[in-house]
Parts: sequence; C-alpha cells; structure tokens
Amino acid sequence: MAGLRLTYDIPSADDDFTRAGEASGSVKKKLRQIGYNPEAIRKVSIAMYEGEINVAIHAGGGEAIVEISSDAVTMKLIDHGPGIADVEKAMQEGWSTAPEAVRNLGFGAGMGLPNMKKYTDSMDIETEVGKGTTITMVVKA
Amino acid sequence: MTVTDLASQLNLKPLAGLEGAHNEVTSCYAGDLLSWVMGRAKEGSVWLTVMGNINAVAVATLADCACIVLTENAPLDEDARIRADMQNVPIYSTEYNAFEMSVKIAALLNS
Repeated sequence: MAGLRLTYDIPSADDDFTRAGEASGSVKKKLRQIGYNPEAIRKVSIAMYEGEINVAIHAGGGEAIVEISSDAVTMKLIDHGPGIADVEKAMQEGWSTAPEAVRNLGFGAGMGLPNMKKYTDSMDIETEVGKGTTITMVVKA
Repeated sequence: MTVTDLASQLNLKPLAGLEGAHNEVTSCYAGDLLSWVMGRAKEGSVWLTVMGNINAVAVATLADCACIVLTENAPLDEDARIRADMQNVPIYSTEYNAFEMSVKIAALLNS
C-alpha cells in the first residue's frame, strides 16, 4: 500500500469547540475505508482525539499531519501554544490544567496525555514554553 | 444482543442516531469524564452518562460504544442530537440512575 498523508487544521476551542474531533473522526473513517486492522483503528482514534482536544483547549488550535502506511499510522500534532512547562507532571493520570468551562463539558480528567501514551506504540513530545508543542505518535498496524 | 433489543427490553426512550441501533452490545460502562471513558470503555459498550453534549457523541464514535444512555433523564443538547443522527450514534434516555441501569443491563447481558 502506498503511503497516504492527511493534513488537518485544528480550530481553537475558544472559536469552535463543536469541530473538535473532526480530524480524528476523518482519520478513523479513512482507515476503515482502507480496511486497516480494527484494533489499530481504535488506538489511532483515541490517541488522535485526545491530541486534537489538547491542541484545541490548551494551544489555541494547531495542525495535524497523519501518515498512513501498511506498517503504521504516524500522527504529528503541531501547535504554537504555551508549551508544556512540566512534561512529567502532565503525563500523570489525573493532573490537568483544563479551564473550568471545558471541565463542565466533561474534559479535564487529566487523562489526555496518559491515554495518548497508552494507546500508541511510541510517543515523542517536543515542547518549549512560550513557543509550542509537537507531539509525534505512532501506532503499528 | 443489539441496541434495539436492549432498548426495548429496558424501555429506553430513543432520542437520536437510531440508524446505528443494530450495533451489537457486549459490555457496559458508566462515567462522565470523557477521556476517562474513552480510555477504558470496551468496544460495544452501552455508555451510561449524564453528558449529553456533542463531545460525548465524538467519544462514543471514536471509542466504538454501542450506544449512549443518558441516565436520570439528563438532557441531550440539540447540536449533539444532530451530530448523533449524522454519525449514527444511538442515544436513549432513562429515568434510572447509572447504578440501577447497570444492574438491569448486567442481568440482560448475563441471561
């Protein structure tokens, strides 16, 4: 299977939170059409949605680049938000900096990054305070 | 058991997404924190929650939940209803709370 590259704009939660989940939904649909392994699809969907929500809530939006090959799905989430000051803390289950408004919608469980790690085969975080964050996740087929 | 069978046996009130009601029910999960649910609910779960918003519909879709049941007659937002219809995520409501509903569903799944 030839590689496939998909790119998405992720809007800020402040502008349009109803669109949050569109990119992950689209990737899931595409993987289903291709006939990708269902377990890998579920892992990609969960990890990608968490990443998308993080970018929308914490970074004022950003971009997602998804590369699909027969071996793996690579998801890159790029934002120019505030960066993650303490990655180790952010990786702890239950630790969250989500604002009250999104907590009321059911977010802010502090499970975003832990879920992304749990459902991917590798996750790499490059972050700089004040500059932004790029997270690269790979799910093997 | 399909969502339709479960809904009729438990007298659930249909609210949206009924095109997806042929989904197979294999498990059940109760919770309101979206990421918590998404990371833990098994595929084919009936999801018991009070979160009737558009983000809950996204979570149910991505985590392959069989359906959402809004417990204690929790309301469904209009934009969530529209999204659920588009994405065929069946949503029902019940007067029972999550515990009472879980007990009933467990009995059905074990029968």
